Amino acid sequence: MKHRWKDKAIRLAFTALASTSILVVVLIFLFLGKEAFGFIFEPGLKELLNTRWIPVSFKRETFGIIPLITGSALVTLWATLIAVPISILSAVYISEFAGDREKEILKPVIELLAGIPSVVLGFFGLIVLAPIVKQAFGLSTGLIALTGAILLAFMAIPTMVSIAEDAIRSTPKSFRNASLALGASRLQTTWKVIVPAALPGIVAAVMLGMGRVIGETMAVMMVTGNAAIITGSPLESVRTLTATIAAEMGEVPFGSTHYQALFCVGIVLLITTFFINFIAQKVLERHRDVT
Amino acid sequence: MSRGSDKIFIWVMRLATYGVVAVIAWILLDIIVKGAPGINWEFISAYPKKSGAEGGILPAIVGTLCLVIGTIVVALPLGMATAIYLAEFARQGKFTRGIRLAVATLAGVPSIVFGLFGLGLFVLFLGMGASIAAGCLTLACMILPTIIVSSEEALHAVPRSLREGSLAMGATKWQSIRTNVLPYALPGMLTGSILGIGRAAGETAPILLTVAAFFLPRLPSSILDQVMALPYHLYVLATQHPEAEKVRPMQYSTALVLMILVITVNMGAILLRVKIRKRLKW
Repeated sequence: MKHRWKDKAIRLAFTALASTSILVVVLIFLFLGKEAFGFIFEPGLKELLNTRWIPVSFKRETFGIIPLITGSALVTLWATLIAVPISILSAVYISEFAGDREKEILKPVIELLAGIPSVVLGFFGLIVLAPIVKQAFGLSTGLIALTGAILLAFMAIPTMVSIAEDAIRSTPKSFRNASLALGASRLQTTWKVIVPAALPGIVAAVMLGMGRVIGETMAVMMVTGNAAIITGSPLESVRTLTATIAAEMGEVPFGSTHYQALFCVGIVLLITTFFINFIAQKVLERHRDVT
Repeated sequence: MSRGSDKIFIWVMRLATYGVVAVIAWILLDIIVKGAPGINWEFISAYPKKSGAEGGILPAIVGTLCLVIGTIVVALPLGMATAIYLAEFARQGKFTRGIRLAVATLAGVPSIVFGLFGLGLFVLFLGMGASIAAGCLTLACMILPTIIVSSEEALHAVPRSLREGSLAMGATKWQSIRTNVLPYALPGMLTGSILGIGRAAGETAPILLTVAAFFLPRLPSSILDQVMALPYHLYVLATQHPEAEKVRPMQYSTALVLMILVITVNMGAILLRVKIRKRLKW
C-alpha cells in the first residue's frame, strides 16, 4: 500500500514538471502582450499599418511595420527559392542514391551546418559573401536582401534536408518494388512514385525551414543593410522584423512607445511562426497516419 | 527510358548535395585559416583591452561557459522529466495533447522573441536585471523542446518487454522506469540534449536582451552579474567597433573559438549517437 502511495506522488511530480512547457507558452503570450499593451491606446494599433518606420524623430515618430513585414517577406521568399530546389535534390540523393558509407558521412556533415552559430554565418556573410554579391551585380553595397537570403537559405537547408529525407525514407517499400517491377527506372521510380508519396512530408519540411528563416535574427541583421524601405527588389537593402527588435531594443527607454512598438513587432513574429509551424505539424501528422 | 539522361540527372542531384558540403567546407576553412594565427595563450587567457581591439577574450569565454552550465542545470532536468512523463506516464487526452502542442509551439518561437520574453519576465518583472540568471532561464526555455523531443524518442526506443518484465515481477511503475528503462535510454537522451546545448552556446539574439555586456573586462562574481559572451562579442567586434577593419584578426579568432566550442559539443553528440547505435541493438 505504501508503494502505491509513493507511485502516485511520483506520477504527480512528473505531471507537474511536464506542464512547465504549457506554462512557458502561456507566459510568452502573456508577457509579450503585457509589454505591448499600452500601444493599443496611444498611438493605437492603426499606427502599425503606417507605411513608414521612423521610431526616432524630432518631428513625429511613426511606427508602421509594413516596411518591416515586406522586408522579412522578401528575404524569406528568396531564401526559400534558393533553398528548396537544393534541399529536395539533396534529400532525394541522400535517401535514394547515396551509398551506405556515403550516407553516414553526408548526414552528419549537413547537420554540422545546422550547428554553426548564426552570428558566425552572419560574420562570414559580412566579410566574404557581401563583397562577392556586390561585385557580381555591380552594386554600391553588398549589404542587401539577396545576401541575407543566400545566408538564410544555408540555415534552412539542414532543416529541410533532414525532414524531407525522413519523409522520403518512410514511404513504403512496396511502392518502390511495384514501380521497379513494372519496368520503371530508378530515377522514374524516385520522381514519379516516391517523391509524390512523400510530398506532404516535403511540404512540411519546406514550411519548417521557412519558419526558421523568418525567425532568424543575427545573420540577417548583419548583412541586409537594415534600411526600412518598402521594396520588391532583392538587390536593395531591407530591414526585417527580427533585426528591428535586436538592433533597437538596446537603446529604447523601458515603457516608451518605441519599446511597446518593438513588442508589437515581436507579437507579429510570434503569431506568424506559430501558424506556419502549426500547419506544418498538421501536415506531418496526417502524413504519418497515412504511411 | 533513356538511361543516359538518368545518369545526368543523378549527377545533378549529387552536385547539389556536394555543393552544400563544399560551402560548409568553405565557411569552416575560411574561419580556421584566418582565425588560427591569432589564437595563442594570451588570446584565451587575457582580458580585452581598448574595447576589444587588443588583449584576449577570457571574460567572453567564461561568460559563455557560465551560460551553458546554467542552461543545462535548468533545462536538462525539466526536459528529461517532461519526456519521461510523455513516454511513460501520459494517457491519451487533452492534457497530453496540450503539452505536445506547447512543445511544438516552443520549437517554432524565434530566438529574438525568446529574448523579448526573457526581458519582460525575468529581467524586468522578476527583477533579475540583465544577468546570468535571466539569460540561463531564457536559453533554457528555448532549448527545452529539443531536449524533450529527442529524449522522448530515446525512451520509445527501449523495448516494451523490458518494462513488462519488470512490472510482471511486481515492481512499481517508477521502479521499472528507474531500473529497466532509464539506464538504457539515458545515453540517447543525453545525445539529443547535447545538440540543444550546442545551440544555446552559439545563440546571440536572446542573450542580447537578457545578459550580454558590450564590454566588461572582469569575471562574474554572482549569477546576478552581467557577463560578456562569445557570440555577442563577435557581433560587437564585427559591426559596432569603430575600427572594424583593423580588428579583423580578432574577429576571426573569436569566431574560431566560438565554432570550436559549439562544434566540439555537437561532434561529441554525433559520435556518442553512432557509438550507441552500434552497441545497443535490440
